Amino acid sequence: MKLLFAAFTGLVFGVGIALSGMMDPAKVLNFFDLAGAWDPSLAFVMAGALVVTFLGYRLVWRRRAPIFEDRFQVPTATAIDGKLVGGAALFGIGWGIAGFCPGAALPALGTGRWEVVLFLAAVVAGFWLRRAVTALPPMRPAQ
Amino acid sequence: METAFTPLLSLGGGLAIGLGAVLLMLGLGRILGATGIISGIVFPESGEEARWRIALVAGMMLAPGLIYLVSGSMPALDIPVSPAMIALGGVVVGLGASLGSGCTSGHGVCGLSRLSIRSLVAVPVFMATAAATVFVIRHVIGA
Repeated sequence: MKLLFAAFTGLVFGVGIALSGMMDPAKVLNFFDLAGAWDPSLAFVMAGALVVTFLGYRLVWRRRAPIFEDRFQVPTATAIDGKLVGGAALFGIGWGIAGFCPGAALPALGTGRWEVVLFLAAVVAGFWLRRAVTALPPMRPAQ
Repeated sequence: METAFTPLLSLGGGLAIGLGAVLLMLGLGRILGATGIISGIVFPESGEEARWRIALVAGMMLAPGLIYLVSGSMPALDIPVSPAMIALGGVVVGLGASLGSGCTSGHGVCGLSRLSIRSLVAVPVFMATAAATVFVIRHVIGA
């Protein structure tokens, strides 16, 4: 049941991504192209998603636990550090280069387009690169 | 390339994206963040942790097909950038999202709805660098 629920949740999210225009790089890049062919549609995506999630989370959190687990698992970190800001800055640069973000590319896999597979393979390479870099021993100061 | 302004469709899609995020919190008590979902499949902590994420992604991938069955056409997916740019952007997206602990779905939808201080910093940063990147590529370099 839990896996069926997860799959249904994914379908709802994916239909939202597809209808909204988020899986269309031409539309995403135009949203960011304020000085050119600006298409403000994606502001409406964000507004719709935030209203539902903001209110829905608060309703859900009145429960003691989710349906299929014994507790809610929500991030607790609050540190504003270089990793957060630098990582977010890099993420935006990559988004602006490719026009895809991970949450849009996952449902887009269902279109069968090879470019989506290429993008997600590159994203995984980026994850791996971050793991490889942060696993390095700290550099010794120069003598 | 111009894209059509679609405020109602984008708002409706956004509502469904939010509903997906709320359903995952209701059922499994988790944040719907694509970065964490992909990482949890590629670098799984356990079979249990990988399984629900695979079910979620499988559901997402059914979305374009469902839209095709209902409307008779696949969702728009126009890619105005080269395969090399998709690959480069993907690596930078993966590196940045991993360092910054999230992307558009995790920080943008779920984090802002939780009023997470880290997301309140990360989202304006990545929106700004994405817009700056598109400006440089389209209006400075002129690609």
